[in-house]
This record gives sequence, C-alpha cells and structure tokens, in this order.
Amino acid sequence: MIRFEHVSVQYEGTERPTLCGVDLTIPEGELVLLVGPSGVGKSTLLGAVSGLVPHFTGGTLSGRVTVDGRDTRTHKPRELADLVGTVGQDPLSHFVTDTVEDELAYGMESLGLAPDVMRRRVEETLDLLGLAGLRDRPIATLSGGQQQRVAIGSVLTPHPKVLVLDEPTSALDPAAAEEVLAVLQRLVHDLGTTVLMAEHRLERVVQYADQVVLLPSPGAAPVMGAPADIMAVSPVHPPVVALGRLAGWEPLPLSVRDARRRAAGLRERLAQAHPPSPAPACATVLAPLPTAPARRGALARLLGRGAQTTTAAFEPVTDATARVERLGVRRGRVEALRRVTLTVAAGETVALMGRNGAGKSTLLAALVGMVEPTTGSVLVGDRTPHRTQPREMVRRVGLVPQEPRDLLYADTVATECAAADADAGAAAGSCRALVCELLPGVPDDTHPRDLSEGQRLALALAVVLTARPPLLLLDEPTRGLDYAAKARLVGVLRGLAADGHAIVLATHDVELAAELAHRVVILADGETVADGETRQVVVSSPAFAPQTAKILAPQEWLTVTQVRGALGATS
Amino acid sequence: MTAPTTGPVRLRRPLRAPGATRSNALPAGAWWLWALGLATAASRTTNPLLLGLLVGVAGYVVAARRTDAPWARSYGAFIRIGLFVVGVRLVFAVFLGSPIPGTHTVFTLPEVPLPDWAKGVRIGGRVTAEQLVFALYDGAKLATLLICVGAANSLANPARLLKSLPGALYEAGVAVVVAMTFAPNMVADVVRLRTARRLRGRPTGGIKAVLQIGLPVLEGALERSVAVAASMDARGYGRTAEVPPAVRHTTNVLTLGGLLGVCAGTYGLLAAQGAVYGLPLLIAGLVAAMAGLRLGGARSVRTRYRPDRWGVRAWLVAGSGVAVAVAMIWAGGVDGEALRPGVVPLVAPVLPLWPAAAVLIGLLPAVVAPVPPPVGAPNSKESQ
Repeated sequence: MIRFEHVSVQYEGTERPTLCGVDLTIPEGELVLLVGPSGVGKSTLLGAVSGLVPHFTGGTLSGRVTVDGRDTRTHKPRELADLVGTVGQDPLSHFVTDTVEDELAYGMESLGLAPDVMRRRVEETLDLLGLAGLRDRPIATLSGGQQQRVAIGSVLTPHPKVLVLDEPTSALDPAAAEEVLAVLQRLVHDLGTTVLMAEHRLERVVQYADQVVLLPSPGAAPVMGAPADIMAVSPVHPPVVALGRLAGWEPLPLSVRDARRRAAGLRERLAQAHPPSPAPACATVLAPLPTAPARRGALARLLGRGAQTTTAAFEPVTDATARVERLGVRRGRVEALRRVTLTVAAGETVALMGRNGAGKSTLLAALVGMVEPTTGSVLVGDRTPHRTQPREMVRRVGLVPQEPRDLLYADTVATECAAADADAGAAAGSCRALVCELLPGVPDDTHPRDLSEGQRLALALAVVLTARPPLLLLDEPTRGLDYAAKARLVGVLRGLAADGHAIVLATHDVELAAELAHRVVILADGETVADGETRQVVVSSPAFAPQTAKILAPQEWLTVTQVRGALGATS
Repeated sequence: MTAPTTGPVRLRRPLRAPGATRSNALPAGAWWLWALGLATAASRTTNPLLLGLLVGVAGYVVAARRTDAPWARSYGAFIRIGLFVVGVRLVFAVFLGSPIPGTHTVFTLPEVPLPDWAKGVRIGGRVTAEQLVFALYDGAKLATLLICVGAANSLANPARLLKSLPGALYEAGVAVVVAMTFAPNMVADVVRLRTARRLRGRPTGGIKAVLQIGLPVLEGALERSVAVAASMDARGYGRTAEVPPAVRHTTNVLTLGGLLGVCAGTYGLLAAQGAVYGLPLLIAGLVAAMAGLRLGGARSVRTRYRPDRWGVRAWLVAGSGVAVAVAMIWAGGVDGEALRPGVVPLVAPVLPLWPAAAVLIGLLPAVVAPVPPPVGAPNSKESQ
C-alpha cells in the first residue's frame, strides 16, 4: 500500500539528511507502529506519506514514495486527500470548521461527494467513533480525547485507505487513549484501513501493532518486523518489554496479559523480597541552612512585603511545605476545584493524576498564585500565593508549564540564562551552571526553538530552579519525551527531591508516577478521590496501575528498576 | 404524548417553536437580515425611548434564543462596546464642544486659547445641557446599531453565514473563517504567556511586557497558521476540476467586463450628465459579474453538506426585521418630529405609539425561531 524506495529527505540549512536511504513496504490493512528516539525523523517519514513532505515543509526528497500507486512527487497533498488521512500531534491545529458535524463533513465537501453520501457517512462516523451526542457541539468546548476522536473522524469520512497518525495518544489521559486506540483497532479490523502511527508511549500501543518499524538512530535505515522481534532490540521499549528482557522471557510478551501468563516464575523468585518503601527524604534540609524561618510572623511578612522592591540580596527560602485547605476555585459557573485539601512536605514527591479537565492544572495554578481561591486557603512557605508579588513568589515556588517554551523568551540559551539570573536575583552564572548540569553539551548560542522537546524542558527547569524554589511544580512534563529523555528527567527530579525540594507533578503518565512519586493524589471533577502512598493508590486501580504492577500483582512492584534491584539482591 | 388531545391543542402544537437541531436551524442570513432591519430602524431615530425599546427587543430575542456556543457569548462584549461609545461621545462633547447652541449651562471648563487659524476648533469652555443631551442621543444611536449587530453575531454562527457564499468565493470564505478562529486563539496565547511571565517573577504589565509577549504570540500564530494550512491542504482544500479553456476564458471576460461595467455605471450615476447610461450599465455589469462568478463556481469541485434551508420560520424572522425597518422609515416620513426629539429647546422625548408598536414586531423571532437546548443543561445524548 505504501512504498518507500531509497527515500532520503534533507531540510535546508541542515548538515545531514533527516531520513536516509529508507526502503519500506507497508502492506494493506496493517496497523504499523513507527518507533524510535526523539529526532530520528519519525514525523518526516509520516509527512512523506501524505505528501506534506516535501510539498509543504520544503526540503528535498530523493527517491520515490508511492501510496496505492500514486507518486507523491507528482501528486500534491490535496490530490492524495481521498487516499491518505493525516492527523498531526495537536488536534486543535487540525480543525478548519467550528462544530463537530461540519468538521466531519469538511474533507468530503472538498472532494465533492454527493450530499446524500456525505450525510450517510457523517452519521456512520458519528456512531463509529461514539460522537453522536456531540454532533452539534462547538469543537473548542470538547475535551482532549473527544477532540482527538473528532480529528480522526474528520479524516475518516472520505474513506481513505491509509491513515497516518503522529502521536495520537500523547496528550491524553489513559482512559481517553484507550478510547482512541479502540477506534483504530476497529478501523483496521472492520474497514481494512492501513494505519501508520508514531507514538512515544509504547506501553499504550505496542500490543495493538501488527508490525513495527524501528528508526534506531538519525539517518539509519529503518528496520521492520514483528513487534516482538523489534522490541527485543529496540532502544525504546515499554516497561513490559523491559521486564520480559530482564526475566528472559521468550518470545517477548507485548501485552500485560501475555506477560502475566509467563510471570508465575518471576513472582516466585520475588516472593521473598519486598518492594522498597519509597519514604520521602524528609530529614534532608535544603542547603544553605535556613536563616530564621521561625520568626516569619506577621511583622516579618509585612516587612518583607515592604522591602521587596529593593531586595537585591539573594536569600534562598527554605520552607518548602505547601498547605492547601478546603480549596475551592470557580470559573464562571464551573467549579474547577471543590474542597481540595493537600499538604506537601519537603523532600516529598506528589503525583497529581486524573482525567483531562479534572482540575490538576488549576490546583498547580492556585499553588503559584495565578488563580485566586474562591473558598479555602493556600499557603506556600507561609505566604498566600495570589497576594504575593511574582518576584517574591519565584523564590518559593516554581512551575514548569505544560508548554515549556512559554517560559523562554530570549533567542539564545546564554541570554535566557542571564535573564533568569536577573529575574531571580541570583548570582550571575547560576542558571548557566544548572543548565550545564541538567543539559550538558548545549552551546551558548543555540536558539531555544532548535532544542528538542526534552532539552527545552531541561532548560525551562533550569530557568525555574535558578531562584532555588523549595517547591517545584511540573505540569505534564513527559509529553513528547522519549524513554531516554524521561529517564534523564527522573534522575534529575530524584536528585532534587533528595536535596529537600518538594515536587508536585500533574501527569497522565502512570509509569512516571510509579517511578518517582512518594504519594499519588487522584482528582476527579475537581475533588480529591484518592490520596495516599503511591503503591496503595496505584496498584488497585486499573487505569493508573503501571505495567509492572499489573504483571506482578498481587505483589506490589511498581517499576522494572525495583524488580531488577530485588533480583540482583537475591541472586 | 399518548394522552388524547383536544382540538385546539392539537392545532396549536405544530405552531409552537420546535427544539433547535441542525436540520431546522435558521439560516444565518435570516438572523442577519432581522438584526440589520433593527439596525436600520435604529439609524432612523434618535428618540432614546425608541432606541431603548430596540435594544430591549434585541436583548430579549438574544436571551430567548441564543445557544451556549462560544460565539454566542459575544453579546455582552457588544453591549460594553456600545456603552463605551456613548461614553466617548459624551467626553468629546464636553471637551471639544459641539455646534449645538444652548442656554442651560451645566458647568464651564477653562478654555484653551488657540491661534487664529484654528478658529473652528474649541477646547474646553462652556458645557450646556443641550450639548450633552444631543451627544447622548447620538451616542445612543450608534450604540444601538452596534448592539443589533452583536445580537446577530451571538444568534447566528458567523462561519455559517460565510458558507452561503457562491461557490467561486467559497475558498476565500474558508480563509476568513480560519482567520476568525485565530483571534480567540491569540487571546488564549496572550493569557498563557502572561502567566508564564509571572512564573519567571516578572511583572505582567507595562510596555516591556507587551513587547516581550508580542513576539512569541505572533510566532505562535504563525506556526498555527502553517499547521492549519497543512491540514487543510492534506484534506483536499483547493482541489480544482478540469475546466475547458473556452469556459475559463468566458469566466474571465464576464467577471472582468462585469466589474468594469459596474465601475463605469457607478461613475455615470454619480456624475451629473451620465444618468442616462449609468443605470443600465450598472445593471448589465452586475449581471455579467454574477454570471462570471457562477461560471467560476464550475472550477470548484466542492459540494455542500447540509446547507441551511429557508423555511417559513426563516422568512418570518427575516421579515420581522425588515418590517421594523420599513415601518420606521415610513414613520420618519410621516412624523419626523417624534423620532427626533428636539434638543433646542430641551423637551422630554415622548414615546410615539405607532413606531413603538412596530418595533415590537421585532420580537417575533423569540416566538417562531426553534428553541435551543437550555444553557448549561447536560447533553442528554452524550451518555449513549
């Protein structure tokens, strides 16, 4: 169905080609998963199928890409529109119209299908994707999972033979991701659509793939094969594969179900050992030592506020604790948060989980003072965040937003660091030192835009950490990160927690929460529905349990690292 | 439903407005005609009572028939803009004076002495009640016009209006729709970047902040437009059908010739001597241009998905607006005094009975238009 013959793609201004010598044949009716570390050209390969590379992105493509016999060199994307449906990473930038039904019809209108055919297909697609109840809704009011389904539906209505998806589940909570994958599964089984998809979160998708294409490193030729064979050699793999490799299971299991069938032996070997208890390193005190935290009374606060315009001296704040008491936040008629109580102590890492729109980001915003509580109170290191000046607040709490790029204004890393030092009132060079630590080998004159997703996150983290806030908040930090970048992030955050930083993460990534968090708080509809030690909250939940926990239940192992440690100790 | 119904009830049921769905949705054009009718009526009077009545009529219909969609929330913004216009008009009247003579001095501002060559201009000086009332009436008229437009904006999806363009202009229409969705996105970007500034401990106000936020916002908008363009292209935007050269040339000749005809005709109408050939030339030009557009539509392969249908209810809605406009124009001819209450001498405006009754015709859409689902109600079908 899709053929790549000696395809190389090189963008202008780059030294080496992004794709080099790709030879691939993707047969009809298969669900093919494209995997590989960040920056190996996955998106470029996907774009070449729909003709957007090179017709839209520029660059030179040598070789030949044919889709169902049509050569993308001679056919522009619009002439492939009846054959290839493309959904990019951000569904919002995909939409042309403003209501669900119009969006589903848009592609067919462009192709000039007869009105009765269009009507019939829209109704079919609404049912296929479970969108019937949303048909008249403005797209802007839908949740992330619903938007992703509408985006997929909008390219399905012209009945394309090929569907190309770039990270369809990355921004979604686990339940919404399963919703989307179930739809893809159904398309492949019922309609014989060929699906080519790239995804970082392999734990969600690898079990559904018929074949896997691995791009091992930039410029390397792709390897295609059965998922189990490829996963055995792939540098990126989900925890279930890591566990399988560790235990030496043959053939490699790809789904939790397969793994459980083989896990009896491993469970027996692990029966003696106990999973390590993730006690927070509370005893550690932030260096340097507190100057006079006990005397921070009303008078000191008053003086502090009066003097803040002239504070030039850099005095790190050490009181990390955040206390949220019966917090309520209303936006218009919507109660974003209701009676939420949460305490975070120094050295503790808390993961906030819950579906899209559950109030995670609002809670983080309340902690940095961007949102004023309607009821209840928020205290961060003895301050009420929304009444404190931003300059004061950055030294108490730092937030890395969902889009780290928002934090970066300057056009080189060096000026960014200088600005961060000035903002925080820190000694010159402190931000650059942090960058060197978190992100070694990035030259001073790099534009933040040219960094990869993971590098940008590290830079934003360094900028936030320059003010040495004892409380660190991260909103959805692993979106768009590959496993290597995620592992680096985990290392950095562990180090910060050990230094006495309190960390709160809002995340959909159950594996990250299992790896990092001491406590998990689950929010639903703005209320806390669970708050407890990670193991207790996560193991029993079907949606929030990491793969390792599912495989080794009823034993309470959360991560492959824990299992590896235990096996190393017993043998 | 199953209970036996008596005669009159059974008769009345089909007359009651149904719940709004896609299939019985009123065409956007009907709402715009209604609103423009009210606006025309407003432009014909300065009587604050009549203007207030018009605003009330528009507001009542909006309250009764608007949906929960994002564009429906713009009504409040239009009212605020209207009030702002009144305020600005008053401020100008106070500081710059107005040519309205008056005897009731309210207060006197120190007058700025201006050189001789600026004789017509006055800054400061005497402020009379007549001036203020005149400015108030004038501002109220403008505000009412704006509020009527706002009513149409919140009752009809602006994108749907552009959809009714002829085929040859459709692509331009889509471009406008996409451009319109950019404004809210940019506002969201600005909010996000402002909060990000706070996260870095910088003040969120001031010129420096605007400059520093401005560049990333524009960058974001540019990136988003490229992404949307790619998506539109990949979904077949701009696919064209093969058209025989003869048709293509005819299209060009008709469109160009028609536009030239319109220009020449308009010139003829406006020039003193050309009135004889002006009108026929204008009409011929219009017809040719229309034919050109229609032929040009053949190049586009697009079809329309569930286009709006003009049913009885749509005609009633549009007709009620037109009726208000016609009645007001007619009233202006018969009883101009009542529509334009005098300010010199100051008199209390009275509510002219017949024009006021005519304005109430504008309430018809609140009865005949399909009823949207109640705002904020859970979507009952969603759970399926």
